[in-house]
Order: sequence, then C-alpha cells, then structure tokens
Amino acid sequence: MSEHTHTDAAGVEHVESADAAAAVQEEHAGAIVARDEHGEIETHYANPGLAPHIYRRSDIDKTAAQRREREVATLFGLSTIGTLIFLVSYFVFKPADKQGNSNQLLSTVHYSTLGLGLGMGLALFCIGAGAIHWAKTLMPDDEIVQERHPMHSSAEERAGAVEALKEGAAGAGLGRRKLIRNSLLGAMAPLGLLALVPLRDLGPLPGASLAYTAWRKGVRLVSDPSRNPIKAEEVPIGGVVHVMPEGIDKMPNPLDEEAKAAAIVIRLAPDELHERPDRRGWDYNGIVCYSKICTHVGCPVGLYEQQTHHLLCPCHQSTFDVTHNCEVVFGPAGRPLPQLKISVDSEGYLVADQDFQEPVGPSYWFRGEN
Amino acid sequence: MRRLTVPWTGLTRRRRHRFAPLVVLAAALGVTGGLYTALAPSPHAEAASGVSTASIDQGRGLFLRNCSSCHGLNAEGSSDGPTLIGVGAAAVDFQVGTGRMPAANVGPQIVKKRPSFDAQQTAALAAYVASLAPGPAIPDKSQLDYTNSDIAKGGEIYRTNCAMCHNFAGSGGALTLGKFAPALRGTSPRHMYEAMITGPQSMPVFSDSTMPAKDKREIIAFLRNSAKEPGPGGLSLGKIGPVSEGGVGWLFGLGALIACAVWLGAKAR
Amino acid sequence: MAMLEKAAAQVGGTIDDRFGAAGWIKKTARKVFPDHWSFMLGEIALYSFIILLLTGTFLTLWFQPSQSEVVYHGAYTPLQGLKMSQAYESTLRISFDVRGGLIMRQIHHWAALIFVSAMVVHLCRIFFTGAFRKPRETNWIIGTILLTLALIEGLAGYSLPDDLLSGTGLRITEGVLLSLPLVGTYLSYFLFGGQFPGDDLIARLYTAHVLLIPGIFLALITVHVMLVWYQKHTQYPLPGRTEKNAVGYPFFPVYTAKAGGFFFITFGVTALLSSVATINPIWLFGPYKPGEVSDGTQPDWYMGFLEGSLRMMPPWEIRAWGYTVPMNVLVPALIVPGFMFTALGLYPFIERWVTGDDREHHILDRPRNVPTRTGLGVLAISFWLILLAGGANDLFAITFHLSINSITRAFQVLIIVIPPISYVVTKRICLGLQRRDREKVLHGRETGIIQRLPDGEMIEVHEPISDTEKWMLTQHLSRRPLELEPDTDDNGIPRRRLLLSKARARVSRFYFEDRVEPPTPAEVREIETSGHH
Repeated sequence: MSEHTHTDAAGVEHVESADAAAAVQEEHAGAIVARDEHGEIETHYANPGLAPHIYRRSDIDKTAAQRREREVATLFGLSTIGTLIFLVSYFVFKPADKQGNSNQLLSTVHYSTLGLGLGMGLALFCIGAGAIHWAKTLMPDDEIVQERHPMHSSAEERAGAVEALKEGAAGAGLGRRKLIRNSLLGAMAPLGLLALVPLRDLGPLPGASLAYTAWRKGVRLVSDPSRNPIKAEEVPIGGVVHVMPEGIDKMPNPLDEEAKAAAIVIRLAPDELHERPDRRGWDYNGIVCYSKICTHVGCPVGLYEQQTHHLLCPCHQSTFDVTHNCEVVFGPAGRPLPQLKISVDSEGYLVADQDFQEPVGPSYWFRGEN
Repeated sequence: MRRLTVPWTGLTRRRRHRFAPLVVLAAALGVTGGLYTALAPSPHAEAASGVSTASIDQGRGLFLRNCSSCHGLNAEGSSDGPTLIGVGAAAVDFQVGTGRMPAANVGPQIVKKRPSFDAQQTAALAAYVASLAPGPAIPDKSQLDYTNSDIAKGGEIYRTNCAMCHNFAGSGGALTLGKFAPALRGTSPRHMYEAMITGPQSMPVFSDSTMPAKDKREIIAFLRNSAKEPGPGGLSLGKIGPVSEGGVGWLFGLGALIACAVWLGAKAR
Repeated sequence: MAMLEKAAAQVGGTIDDRFGAAGWIKKTARKVFPDHWSFMLGEIALYSFIILLLTGTFLTLWFQPSQSEVVYHGAYTPLQGLKMSQAYESTLRISFDVRGGLIMRQIHHWAALIFVSAMVVHLCRIFFTGAFRKPRETNWIIGTILLTLALIEGLAGYSLPDDLLSGTGLRITEGVLLSLPLVGTYLSYFLFGGQFPGDDLIARLYTAHVLLIPGIFLALITVHVMLVWYQKHTQYPLPGRTEKNAVGYPFFPVYTAKAGGFFFITFGVTALLSSVATINPIWLFGPYKPGEVSDGTQPDWYMGFLEGSLRMMPPWEIRAWGYTVPMNVLVPALIVPGFMFTALGLYPFIERWVTGDDREHHILDRPRNVPTRTGLGVLAISFWLILLAGGANDLFAITFHLSINSITRAFQVLIIVIPPISYVVTKRICLGLQRRDREKVLHGRETGIIQRLPDGEMIEVHEPISDTEKWMLTQHLSRRPLELEPDTDDNGIPRRRLLLSKARARVSRFYFEDRVEPPTPAEVREIETSGHH
C-alpha cells in the first residue's frame, strides 16, 4: 500500500490523496477511518470518489429527447434567419451619395449598422447556442476519468537524455576546442548590431530642436484656427484668444511647429497681475501670452477660468495661476507654463518680442537648468 | 442523499448567501455616501422670486425687488454680487433667461434652472441694465442666422476654443473645485451667443473683435447640427469618450459572455 | 450511410498514410477536459482575438496608414473641407461609405475591450485558484507577456485613426517617452521620426498593430494553448478528482461542440453589442491638430490605470547638474506599471520560494484556503482599481457634482490606504470562512432550530454533514511556516546565505503564521464519541 502522508523537504505535511482515496475505498467502502503505516489515525478524509451519475430528462424520456432535438434545430433555423437579415440589410441600406447635410446618410448608416449587426449576431449566436444546447442535453454527459501522469520523465529517460547531450558535446569538442568556442562566442556577441544599427535612420537626432519654436521677434499673434491678427485694444478683460505665430501654415512641417508654438493670450485687469521682477514688461497692458503645451506631458492647456484666473489642463488637471506667472497651483505638472514676451507692432497688432526663453512642453533629461 | 453543494463554485449558493449581495451593495452605498458628504462642496440656499411688467422703469422695479439685495440698489455691486453697470443687455438676457439669476443657491457655481421671469420681464430687466451704461447688446435675428454657416469650420473653431471645457460633442466637463462647463445640447443659439460675448461665471469672454460674429455663428451651426445629428453607430453612451465604453464593455460585453459561460458549464437537467 | 462511412474511411486512410495520424486522433478525440464556467474565461479572450483578426483584416482593405494631408470631400458634412490625414479620412470612409464598415469597426473595437477584460478576469481566476503553480509557471509568464502586449496593441490600434482623441493620447505617449533619463528624447525622435507628431508614426504603428504584435500574439497563444493541452487542464477539488487524474468530458464530441459553439457565442454577443452601441465615434472627435483638445480625454479602459496614475501623482520633478528627471511622469507612467507587471510575472516563483513546494499541482485551491495569497491578490486589484478610477476623476466630478481637486486628493490618500486594508480584510474573511468550514465539519450545519434540553438549557440543533462534504471542506493542505534552519550545518560549519534563509523564514511566517487547520478525522470522531454537543 502506498504511503498516505509524507513530509517533504520544506517540512510540510502532504497527503497523496489519489492513492489514499483508491486504497481506502477498497478496504473500507465509505468508512472515513484510515490508518497510515504506523497505525496512526490519518490526518485527512479519504476522497469519496465520483458522485453518482444523475440522469437528464432526455436520457430517460424519449419525448424529452425529441423536444431537445427540436430546440436545437430551432436555434440553427434562427441562425439562418439571421444570415438572411444580414444579407437583406446589406443590399437595402446603401449610403446615399447626395450633397447637402449628411444627417440622412447617418440615418442610413445607422439602419445598416443595426441590421447587419443584429443579423450577424443572431446568425452566429444561434449556431453557438444550438451547438452547446446539443452538447449539454443530447451528447453523453458521463464524466470520464483519465489518468494524469507526472510531467517529469522517468529516471532512465532523463539519464538517457543527459548521456545523449554529453556524447554530442564531446563529439563537438566544446570543452576541448577552446579556440573554436571563444571565436564563435566572439562572432555571435556583436550580431545584435546587425539588427540595431540599421534602425538609426528611424529619426533625426533631437539636437536643440525641442528648445525652439516658430515664434520670432515681430511675428504677429494670429487667432487659431481662423488666423486673424489681434489688435491689442480689442482683447477684452477676461477674454482669451488661442494663438499661433503668423505664417505657420507655410512652414515645412506645420503640425510639428503647431505642436510647439501653440499659445494662449489672456487679458487681466492690470492690478490682478503679479509679475516676477525679471518678467516685468513681458505683458502688454495686462495682456499676457503663455505656452499652451502642458509642462506635464504636453496636452494643450486651454481651459481658462475667468474668475479664478486659473488655466486647467483637461488631460491630467494640472492647474496654473495666470496672475502669478502660470505657476502650478494643483496637479502633476512640475513647472510653470513658459511665457512669451509680447508687444504691439506699428499697426497695434500683438506681436512676439522673442521666442520662448525655455523649452516648451514636457520635461526631458537635456532640458537645461531653466 | 442530500444534494451536493459546492459553495464557492457558484453552482448552488442561493441558500446561504442570499443576502450577501445586499450587504455588499449596502456597504458600497454607505462608502459612496460618506465620500460624497466628505467631498461635495456645500451649497447654501437663498430664496428669490418676483413678478412685474416691462419697460425700463418697470425693469428697475423688478431689479429693486429681486436683484438689488446682492447687486446693490443702483446695480453698483456689493460683497454678494458684482456690479452690473456696463455688463450690457446680453448678460442679463443670458443670466435671467437661462434661470441662473436670480440665483437659487450659491454652490461652487450658479446653475441653469427654470427661468423666474417670462420673456417680457426679462427684456425689461435687460433694458434697465443696458440703460445704466453701454455693454454687449442682445444679438438680433440677423446676427444669429446660422442657416448658411459652415458647420465644418464651426467644428474646427469649437475644438480649438471650446472643446477643452465643453467636450468634443458639447457634453460638458469638469472645472476646478466643483465648477463645471455645462452641456450645450439644449442651449438656444441666442444664449450661446450671449455666453460667448459676455463670459458668464468661469467662462472667458470671446468678444466679436477677437472672434468675429461669423465664427460664432459657425460654432452655433456646428453645435445645433451636432445636437440633432443621428448616431450612426447606435446608442451614443453619453458622448463622453472611452470611459462609458469601458463600462459597457465590461458589463454588457464580458458580463453577457460570462453569463453564457455559466449556462455552458451548468449541468443539464 | 454506408457510402458516407466508406468515403470517410477513404479520406481517413489517405491522411493516415501520409501523417500516421490515427494514433494521435484516437488519443485526442477522447481526451478529457474538466468542465467549469470559469475555465471559459481564457476562451473568451482567445475567441476575441480571432474576432479581432477577422474584422481587422476587413478594415485593412480600406484603411490608409498615412499622415499625408488631404482635404475631406466625403459624405459627412460636419468635416467637409477640413484638412486631415489620410488615416483619418480613410477611417471616415470605412465608417460612412463602405457598407458594413461601421459595424466591422465597432465589432473590432468592442472585441478589443472584451479581449483585454477577459484576459484580466482569466488572470484573476488563475491567480486565486493557484493554477499558476508547478508545472504551469511557463504559461503564467506567457500570460503576463500577452497581457502587456495587449495594452501596447490596443494603444497602437486606437491611435491609428489619427483623430483628436487618439492624437492627444500620442502626445501623452511622447511626453512619457521624453521623461526617460538620458535616452528619452532619442527614443521619442526615433519613434516619431523626428518631432511630434511628424509624418511617420501612423505607418509605424500600423506595422506594429497588424503584423508585429499579432505575430507574437499568435505564436505565444499557440504555445499557451498547447501547454494547456499537453499539461492537461486543472480541476476543482470535487469528489473523485485527484492530483493523478483528469475528470471531465471527451474532446470529441462534447468539448468540440461546447468550445466551438462558444466561439460563435462570443462572436454573436460582440456583434449584437456592436449593432446597438456606438464605440469610438471618431467623426465626432475631428481630425488631430496639436492645438486642440477635448474635455474628458481618456484612453480605452485598459490604459485607464496609467491615466489615473498620471493624474494623481504629485508634481515632483528633479533638476540637478543641468539635467531634468520628471518623476511626476517617470514614476506613474513607467515605474508603477513596470513594477506591477514584474511582480505579476514573478509571483509564482515568489510563492514557490516561500512554500518550498516542489510538487505538481493539478487540483485547484479554494481561495479561502490560501488567505495570504488571496489577500495579496485583492490588494493588487484594489490598487489597480483605484488607479483606474483616478483616470476618470473629471467624470466623477461632473456626474456627482464633486470638486475634482478633492477627488484627486482623496485618490492620493486612498491609493496608499485602501490596498493594505483590502489585504487585511480579505485575509480575515478567508480565515473566518475557514473557521466556519472547520466548525461545520466538527459540529455539523446550523439548522436554526432551537431545542430545549430537559435541564432547561437551550441549544441549537446541528445537522451532521455528509462524508463527501467533510472531505471537500478538509481536502486541502494547511501549510505551516518554514522552520528556520540552524545557523550551522551538521558539521558545525556556518551556513552560507544565512540572511537569505532568514528572510525566507520571515516571509514564510508572514504567509502561513495565521492559519486554520482543517479538522482531522480523529478530531471529529473524538467529538462524536464524546456525545453530541
């Protein structure tokens, strides 16, 4: 008889319940007492074995089985109807190519989507439901017991494998022919370069490109997306204008430039402005301009609250105080939004006085001290 | 023999765990309620009411009875409310016409409700405030005629200037400290226009000089179209982006499939 | 019929002549699969993957993975005349001009959401029942890799249409890449082909999304499923199930019908959902422009935990010697998920080290019988759920009229407080349940009937439970902490790696100090013979 309990290397008691179950069932037929080889009472109950099979109605009643059969057939029939619905929907609902408002088209697309989806859903679902119903009610449902063997191979097989490998290694002389081994390793080691080096042309090196934007001295601020220049006196107190540098659309990569240059113009009452001494004169009559690219991970910070003068980023809720140089008052951003020094040109339109004096947008390793 | 029960495989757990879901639900509600009380900005109520007739004088009468306690007897403002001198008729029409004024509660933000005054009374109040000093006027019919406006252009202007607060489809969004940008689907073109030129509460001012009237009409055209546009894909799920989609995916996608799996795994009778 | 059989025999013969498949078919057709609904969770993920391959192939027939600028002149008025990328334009065309295009897009996207959620629930089932134990650690590792890849595959997928929402997501991805010390800018420039947004990214993501990652997926899923097949499925500790057998239904015909049918069910349910519920309405978002953004910018749910992690991180940025390390991005977007997935992948090995258990396990654990593991699992889930909820803090604010600032601060506290509480509470609940099981075995089930004894004492009548039930409540191992090995070995020589051994003993105590031993038959008999209480 196999042992019932043993203690493994870690000192934990285990029960080989499989053996125990089989043995106990033979000897005691349902009794729960078992003794190990020392005659001690066992620490665990014996596995009672499979529960008696419960027959389904379709197993014992022929009419019930026939009913099940009809149910399965009905489900498969419904599936066919689903396919029909799909086909009909495909040919009935065609996108109209007429001009004018597209709401008619959207309705057609809606009916098409609904018809195709319901048809397809019905066709597929009912095949699945039919198959499973068939399996559950009409296919044999006796539980089958199969043996499970330990994953590891027998000791002989293991020894054989080791032997085979040893023999092979000896044949190749891996241990003896050091020159071959070392030169092979030396040849393999740099192979990764074959894959890595050609990736170099994935993109240019960053250089200083992240530190500069399209703003220059004298470039007009134009509204985004309408591209109208902005007269300073026309910006109302409490008003905002989302701006881009004039002429940005004609630059080589306009979207790349927009991604750095996007800015927001806000007019505060002059007494609300608390400028840093070194930023004195960066505004124009209470009109300030800040980068719209969040210093956290780069979302456009466009959400201006007129009463609190807070700029809020809709992505991660970093909040910047416009009255205090856009310092962070809440949220994950680590730095204030960079400010653009502005003035007006001879016609009274707002212009930039210089580029941003620090890189805009998310922080990065080579950002510099600012 | 008694039927075998396996409590934790979920086959026959009804008997003993009937109330477990209720207990969990009650606990969850309790926690949610507690959090709500802890986090909700506390509003305190202020009563307001009023009835009267038109014209500047009558508007003044209405003002004295309904507004002056906060805005001052001559609309010069007080610690409870800002001055109304120079805010213009548009501001009054928006605030009173959307029911925000007179304010019923002073929470983090004054909210839209059923207007306290009819159209005529609102016009009288507006006329009175407009008579105090020049300010943005109520837009006339021609300013609001957006029938031939470019919807697509309006969408582009909207996404640059408005969507960061009001969301891509005008569903509204959160601001700081309990304030929010309201949903725009039910807002009338006139009120939209007035909001843009007057900048009510947290909203900044988009004056006609920095955002021409044409642009505003395009925005309105876009929003009106968006509000009545049929959803080609079926239920819109609130037009608030992937969060509601995730919830539906778990609940009705995976949930339905797990229900099917339970059916699959249950023994047929 | 005889004709049919003859024809089948001929086909069979032809095949066997060439592949000698008869032996394999004989074995396979009768191979037994244990049956339980929770074993279907992985299948939902597998079938969703097949749905994704099928619908995805349909979409590639029209999609243009290009950022070249075009002016829209399609059917949809609200975008008429706007500049956009070809990627966005072709997605609009698939939605509005290709019949069945929108339903295919919606099935593809809903299937993606279900795919990842099924993986997560499948993972939880494996974890809490201990199905990751020897010999199945490899499959656990493969599963962890599949889940990680699924997140990247999803991000790449929803970025392809180049709409405003996905563009904002890519902008955040750029910000996250830039946060990496030293190499950040280079990686970003190599990925985007230069500055953000550049012209190359969509095409590159497309290759990754339709070829590279699905290829890896296909290979790993094949190994995953073959290992389940080869190592045989685990089973719950029900009567007759042992470590040395597998009890269930044969692969052919029962499991073929059930599993095959379930594929159609999965596809059908996904199609039905897609027919009634919009997903990712890209026409509403508009084309991507770097100056635009919408309120409520969230990723698909499976990336939500990273979004929440970014939102609740305090503004901590290190600047020293002219270099910047944005910990406010690096920690929540890379270190936190890196730690989470590493811990996930290593867990089976940690537990094996703690238990010193080298045996095979094919019988699943009841979660209550492994209180520390169950507690740690709930700890991890609560941590993840709070991060996920944090990603929707603005929607909480507007839905429940709360202050977004208070919500964010509350999440900052909850993320630290709730996980340990969840651990302790879960562990206590597990131990309580084990104690109840023990009572039930010793004294029977409480009937709720109160009886008055002749001496006036009131007792509750206990109904004895069946032997089967007694076995089920006591069949598990109750592990005890590892004993600390002596500092010196038998020869009095100090042991090497003493510290490690001490640490191991300490962790083992943490795991198994609190435990409820199942009653032994001897204990039960003692109580039974000493008169019913």
